Parts: sequence; C-alpha cells; structure tokens
Amino acid sequence: MRKIVLIVLVLFSGALFAARLFYLQVYGTPQGLKQNSAVKVVYDYPQRGYMFDRNMQLMVSNQPSYDVMVIPKDVKPLDTLEFCSLLKITKAEFKNILHKARMYSPRLPSVVIPQLNKADYASLSEKMYKYEGFYIQRRSLREYQVHHSANVLGYIGEVNNSIIEKNPYYQMGDLIGMQGAESEYESVLRGIKGVKYIQKDRFNRDLGPYKDGIYDTLPERGHDIQLTIDARLQKYGKELMVNKHGGIVALEPSSGEILALVTAPSYDPSLLVGRDRSKNFTKLWYDTINKPLYDRGLMGEYPPGSPFKTLTGLIALQEGVIGVDERINCPGGYYYNGRRLMACHGAHGPIAMVHGIAASCNTYFATLYRRIIDKYPTPQEGTDHWKAHLSSFGLGNFLGYDLPSGKRGYIPDAEFYNRWYQYPKYNWYSTATISNSIGQGEVLLTPIQMANFTAAIANRGYYYTPHIIKNIIGPDTIPKKYTEKHLTTIEPQHFEPVIKGMREVYTQGTASFIQIPGIEICGKTGTAENFTKIDGKRVQLTDHSIFVAFAPMDNPKIAIAVFVENGYWGSRWAGRIAGLMIEKYLRGEITRTDMEKYVLEGSLEDEYAKPYSGKPFTINR
Amino acid sequence: MATGKRYVRFDWLIIFIYIALVAMGWINIYSASLSDSAKGYFDFDQIYGKQMIWIGLSAILIIFVLAIESKFYERFASVIYIASLVLLLGLFIFGRTIAGTTAWYDFGGFSIQPSEFAKAATALALAKYVSDIQTNMEEVRHQVGAFIILALPVVLIIMQPDPGSVLVYAAFVFPLYREGLHGVYLLLGLFAVVLFVSTLAFGAVWVALAILLIAALVFYKNRKKRPSIMKYVLVVAGCIAFAFSVSYIFNNVFKQHHRDRFNIVLGKEVDARGIGYNTHQSEIAIANGGWLGKGWTQGTQTKGNFVPEQHTDYIFSTVGEEWGFVGSMVVILLFVGLITRIVYKAEKQKNQFGRVYGYSVAAILFLHFFVNIGMVTGIFPTVGIPLPFFSYGGSALWGFTILLFIFVKLDGANFHYS
Repeated sequence: MRKIVLIVLVLFSGALFAARLFYLQVYGTPQGLKQNSAVKVVYDYPQRGYMFDRNMQLMVSNQPSYDVMVIPKDVKPLDTLEFCSLLKITKAEFKNILHKARMYSPRLPSVVIPQLNKADYASLSEKMYKYEGFYIQRRSLREYQVHHSANVLGYIGEVNNSIIEKNPYYQMGDLIGMQGAESEYESVLRGIKGVKYIQKDRFNRDLGPYKDGIYDTLPERGHDIQLTIDARLQKYGKELMVNKHGGIVALEPSSGEILALVTAPSYDPSLLVGRDRSKNFTKLWYDTINKPLYDRGLMGEYPPGSPFKTLTGLIALQEGVIGVDERINCPGGYYYNGRRLMACHGAHGPIAMVHGIAASCNTYFATLYRRIIDKYPTPQEGTDHWKAHLSSFGLGNFLGYDLPSGKRGYIPDAEFYNRWYQYPKYNWYSTATISNSIGQGEVLLTPIQMANFTAAIANRGYYYTPHIIKNIIGPDTIPKKYTEKHLTTIEPQHFEPVIKGMREVYTQGTASFIQIPGIEICGKTGTAENFTKIDGKRVQLTDHSIFVAFAPMDNPKIAIAVFVENGYWGSRWAGRIAGLMIEKYLRGEITRTDMEKYVLEGSLEDEYAKPYSGKPFTINR
Repeated sequence: MATGKRYVRFDWLIIFIYIALVAMGWINIYSASLSDSAKGYFDFDQIYGKQMIWIGLSAILIIFVLAIESKFYERFASVIYIASLVLLLGLFIFGRTIAGTTAWYDFGGFSIQPSEFAKAATALALAKYVSDIQTNMEEVRHQVGAFIILALPVVLIIMQPDPGSVLVYAAFVFPLYREGLHGVYLLLGLFAVVLFVSTLAFGAVWVALAILLIAALVFYKNRKKRPSIMKYVLVVAGCIAFAFSVSYIFNNVFKQHHRDRFNIVLGKEVDARGIGYNTHQSEIAIANGGWLGKGWTQGTQTKGNFVPEQHTDYIFSTVGEEWGFVGSMVVILLFVGLITRIVYKAEKQKNQFGRVYGYSVAAILFLHFFVNIGMVTGIFPTVGIPLPFFSYGGSALWGFTILLFIFVKLDGANFHYS
C-alpha cells in the first residue's frame, strides 16, 4: 500500500489529463472555445462598376472619400492649434473627439473627421507626417454625374441581417445595391471582394499576413454597365414633371429598351451618399405626401381610361366581331333595353373604327366589347378569351423588366366576376362588365404596362420585355430574356386601322392642338376618375391625365406613356408632355416652345394641396 | 568513464526523458516567445535564446552534480539545508521585488530564485533526518521533527509571499507516508480537501446536512456493533465546524483574487474577460489544437500572445495548440514515465536516505505536473508554479536539474556499492 499510493496517483493524474485533453481537443470542444480570435479576415473591396447611359454618357462613378483616423495609443504630443485649423475644428471639439476615441479603444482606430472633401484632403495630406497616431483612410463612395434618375439607378446601403443570412457573400458592414440598377445588377457591379487573413495578437493588433498570405485572394473589379436610359431625355422628363405628380415611361419599340423612366416627385441621387445619407433617407422615407421613393412609373396602378379602347378595337377585329368599316350609331350613349348604360361625350352618329378611336367614342367600344364577350356561349368564356388577348400584351402580370419594384396591374377574369356576382346564385352578363370596354371598370394598368402595349401596337403585334440594361461591358452581353420577341394574339393586319385611328387623334381628334409639325405621332388621350378618402369618406378628386403615343407612325422609334395625377383631361398635361418628350428624343430640340413653356411653368401643387387643406374644394376645373 | 573496477551506472532512461523534456520545452518556448525582432535560433536577446543559455549551463551543472561523491549529499545535507535557509532569509535584505513578491537575487543581467533550490535542499535534509537510525516516523516526536524541517522554508517562502511555491511542500507527505507516517494523515488531508472544495461549491449548510446524512447512514449500518454515539457526534461536529470555518476563511481571510481563482474552477463565475482570462485563453489555445495540432510556430493563439505567461507557467497550452492531442499525450506520458521510473528506482535503493530522497523528487515533480497541467487545462485553480524542465526560467530549470541529478547520482552510486 505504502509503495503504490504515489504510483497510483501519478497514473490516475495521467488518465485524468488524457481525458480532459481528449474532451477539449477532440471530442466535445465546448462552444466558444473553437472560435479563432487570432486570425482576422480582412476584405479588400473592389471598385464598383460604373453606369453609363445609352450614349455612353457617364451617370454613376465612384469618388474617393477620406476619413481622418486616429489610434489614440500612438498619438505623440503635437501642435494642436495647427492641426485643429487644418481639420477645421475647435480645440475643444478636437479634445472631445480624442477622448471618445480613447474611451472606445486606445489601440483600435477611430474616426476623427469622416469624409473629407478633396480640397481638405489635399492640404492635410502633406502635413500628416507630423501627427503620429493619425492617418487618412480612403474609402470609395458612389458619385453621381446626374441629378435625376434616382429611381432607375437606385442606391447602395449597408446589408442587414436577413441579407447576410440568405447570402453568405455579405458580411456585416458590406454595401449592397438597393433599388434600381444597383440592386438588379448587384452581382455584376460589385465585383468580387478580395480576402486577406491577418494574424492578430491579443490586443487585436496586426502581426502581418497569416501563413504569409497563401489563403489570400485579390479583389476583382466590378463590370461597368451601359443602361438603355437616355440621360438627356431623362433629364428633360424630370424638368417637365416639376410641380406635378406622375410618371413617364418611354420605350424603344423595336428592342424594348427603356429610354426614359421618370417619376415625379423624385430626389437627387447624391442625397443618399456621404455624411448626410441617413438624415436625407429618413426625410425621403417619411414624406408621405410626395412619396419621392415611390416609382409611379412602375408602381402606380391606375384605370387606364381611353387608351385601353385601342385594345378593345384590336380584340374585336381579331375576334372578327366587327368589320373595319362597319359603322355603329352613337346616339350619345350606350343604350340597353332602353336604359343608358354609359354616356358618351357627344352624339357621334354612325361611326367606324378609325374615327371611333380618334373621337374616343364610348358607344362604339361598348358595342364592340359586348360583341366580343357575347360571341361565346357564356359570358365566362367570353371574358376569359378577352383576358387571354390582353395577357399577350403583358397586362395583368409582372412584365419581367429588370428593376426590382413593380405591380401586376389587374385584368379581371370570369372567376373574378363569378365571385363578385355570386355566380351561380346570380348570373352576370357582358352588360355588367361593360365599363372594361373603355378602360374604367375593374381594369388596372401601370404606366410601364401602358407604354408596353403602346410599343406592341407600334410594332404591329409584338414586343420585347422592357429593360434598362443595354450592355454589361466586359462580357458584352445582356440577359437572354430581353432579346426574345413576345408575339401578341392579334394578327398584324388588324393594327393598321387602329394605328390610323391613333394618328387621327393628332390630326383631327382630341390631341390636334398639340401636334408637333413634321413628326407623325400616333396617340391616344385618356382621363381616369379617381378617389381618395378624407376622414373616412370617399371623395372624388380631379381626374388623372393620361396619354399614350408612339412616333413616327412608320418605323416607330419611341413609344411613350405619360401619367399625370389629377391633371384632368388627357391632352392637357400628359399629351403635351408626351409630345415634348417625343420631339426631344427624335429631334434633340423643341419647336413647340409655347407648349414647353406651358408645361415647364405649369404647376399642379394647388391641386395636390386640396385634399389636405381641410376645406371643401371643387374638382375638374 | 570506467577506471578499473570503479564504475558508475546511471539510469539512462531518466536521463533520456530529462533530455527529451528539456528539448521539447525549448522548442515550445521558441514558438511561444518568437517575435519579429528575432534573429535566428541563437539570438540571445530573445527569451528562447536565454533559455538556451540556461540549458547549456544546466549541462555543466549536471557534470558537477554527478562528479561529486554521492556520500557528500548525505553528509552535508544539513549544511546545504541551512545554506538554503540563509539564502531565503537573505532575500528580506537583498531581495528584488517583482510583482509584489520578494523572491529573487538580482545579478545585473539575470536573477536567481532561491526557493527553486530550497526544494532539493529540503528533500536532502528530510531524507537525512528520516533515514537516521533513531528516527521512527510512527512516533509523534519525529513527526514533529520532520514537520519542522518542512515548516522552516515554508514559513520563509510564505513571507515572500509566494503561495504557489509553498503548495509544493505538501508533496513531502508522500515520502513521509512511505516511511511509516500513519495513513490517517493522508486520508485526513484528502478528506479535508474534499470537504473544502465541496463547501466552496455547495455552501457550508448543504455540506453539513450531507455529513449528518452520511453519519446517520453509517451509524444505522453499524448499529449491531453498538457504536459509541459520542464518537459520531464528535466527528460530525468536527466536520461541520471545519466546513463552516472554511466558509469563514474563504469569505473573510482569502483575498478576492484567491476567491476568484477557486470560483472559476468551481464553475461559479464564468468570466472570460476578467480573472478567468488566462485559463479561458489557455483552453481556447488547447482546443484549437485538435488531433495533431497546427504545427510548430503555426499556433495562431500562441502567435497572437493570447495566453499570458505562455512561455512560463502556461507553456503547456502551446504544446496543446501546436502539437495537438497526440503531442500533448507524449508530454503527459513522458512525465508519468519519469515519475514512476523515479519511484521504481527509489524503491530499489539500498539505503533509506536514497529512497526518501527519491520519493521526495518524484512527489515534487508530481505535484508540479499535476497542479500545472491541471491549471492550464482548466481543472485546477490558477496556482502559478512552473512545469518542470518545460517552463522558461533559469532558476526553475537549475533547481529541477539539481533535484533530479542528485537522485541520478545516488542511484548510480547505489548500483556501484552493490
């Protein structure tokens, strides 16, 4: 016993340590012990790709930004007075900043002055050597060469937790494109960040590359992209929309390229860069009256009004329920069983397709609509056929364009009306849905959908998915889905009379006073009733002014939809703006300066103030 | 070496393990103390360079120790012991204070810690006293004599104050037990430790209840033997009094940092940033090693200096990180092998002096091994004592070298006599 006690204890200790080591090192490393605090991963961020407009005019680039940093521990006695005057701060402020930095950490860098401009940087950088412990850190920010197109370009911001969870590429503090092209082409623009592994000591100081950098990678610069946007046109659209709410969408029919996408009110993209970013963003976010972050061209769902009549006409022709020259009598409204279901603005008498469009005759299109629906044994079948034609124009669903925001719009179907009218308990017939014929009823479209169907009409039966990407510079490609032609269900020959009618809108119809000499524009005016709630009561507001157009009539170069909230009748605001945009794009200059002056000087702010005034007001004046 | 019939046979296994441990120690000190300013392996401005000098001087020391006639150690044990006491006393006049502890003589470039040598001196003195023909460890009077031999250096070291080094003297209970000290002392000590730790872990009240319960059970089981109730009451009362006094001492006599050290190991306070930092970082480093470790000088925690005192008391965490489970086990097995070999050889001694001394060496090494690795792996409270032959430090290395090689000499000479 006396001889073995020590031996037993020694062997027991050996076994105890073996078990403990096995537990620590091999078997069940306790949570938190395996974290490697000694090797720090540092990312090297590449330059984000530039954005150009369709004419290779630079829209978005990067700017260096300079932060003055300090490591408090390394600070040596310095000429505080001189340094403060260089930094343009008072001595008290300087002491305060330094104190805060030291409280945060004496060994880790803190920001002294964030985002110096270039001039301050230049004067400071040559004297920096005098101030030990201070240094200048370069960062890269977006620099906007234009003061418009914020809705198209988007902005970049710090990633949040849900993004990090979904995509392991991102780390806390990384920047990511939010909204617009920045978001849509994030993976193209951002490039690939480089990784450096740095060996740290327990004070978190760098000791140099880990394993001499064998795991490190170099950053890869992001690709530049060329947008389909015409910066000049975009700028002009923004100017035209000053003091108005609404949107402009201009497409190139032959390609689906978005030439202009204007929303008003908007904001200068530079507001979301630099020192005041979060302040400005909050301001924009909480502006619930002007909603500058809301892209009305993509997000606004409105009853399309009269421009929709062109589609009713096309479907009727395709379904063979009307001849091009067949006249329908308009006694000043659409009558059914002696009851007027719909009023018309004037008694047009016997009227056919071309003139029906030019005069925007409600009676004519109501008749066509009933013939389309009633061609089939039941209104359900008729409605679904009608919807199928509209769907082929990309209506009632997302168009698939390359911007992250959008709405489906709405095209009702048989099921919708069955529910609405509680079929089969009650039956419903084409007369019940007849408002659809003139784009009121249950139909809702977004401005870009209106521009898209206008482009399909201009193309005589097909369209390309609208998009903002013209070229990814480098690989020189764009996604394949933007080069695929979508055919509509309407045969090409049926478009001619409708286009002729749209031309007549300009020559003798509702837009004759806004003609642009020398340009054959085809268009269609529209007016949409709209309502709001004030203190829980439904109140009608001044009609929205709507206009769709394309030009020239043969070989169209531009198709456009303009939407002005509470702008009253179609040609008053939307029509003028559409004409000016077309001329600007095709000619590069404006001949109708009278019209331009009217739009530039006109303001609808009084109109927008009405519902908020708290006083009774009149509309449609 | 052999001249005629006079030859000495040293135990080469002990020497081999010693060389292996010292070499591995240096390799790990190199890694733990490597810095950017290092200029090769022979840069004597660096910690590892200095350790190389200590190792080199140890070789000379070994030659001296082995060259001296083995009878010298027995005869001059008391002189050596008194000399070491004088050295310890001298500290109060000439000593240099580092971090509140006056434990060093400063010789310009380097310093010497006499408490590291006092262990060997005390072992010699104790061996001499116990092996005296008149000494009988079963007699209280001789137990007191042995106790006084141990108590003198302990008191002097406590006054430095260096509680870690004092703990080592508890090791001498093993040779004394081997020489006839009643097992009750060993058991009492063990029981006291268990009571002590459980009082701190669960509180005096619970421990008192547990003691009552156990006593009641034992009493019930032995009821047919008609046990004396008075005896039970006394033992139970003694235990409970001990538990409450531990509680009192812990809360009122211990300094806060002592309390913290215990609380960490008992899992009462998990405080990775505060007092538990050393242990926590050491565990991280070891856990990072995995099966085979990260390779020499590749330990990221080691390179980042996350573990304080890594080249001294915490050197084993470097082994854990850079050599993994396999490397750590090699070190553990070397120590286990060395200590058992010494015990085995001690038993083989022809004279009692050699046996007592051998047991003392084994027990001292064992205590260092157990306390140090227990601390580094987080199963023992933080007590700052070095890992023999491994940790950086000249005094410690020399102290252990002398301690070990006196035994090698005694053992070799023992062979010669036979």
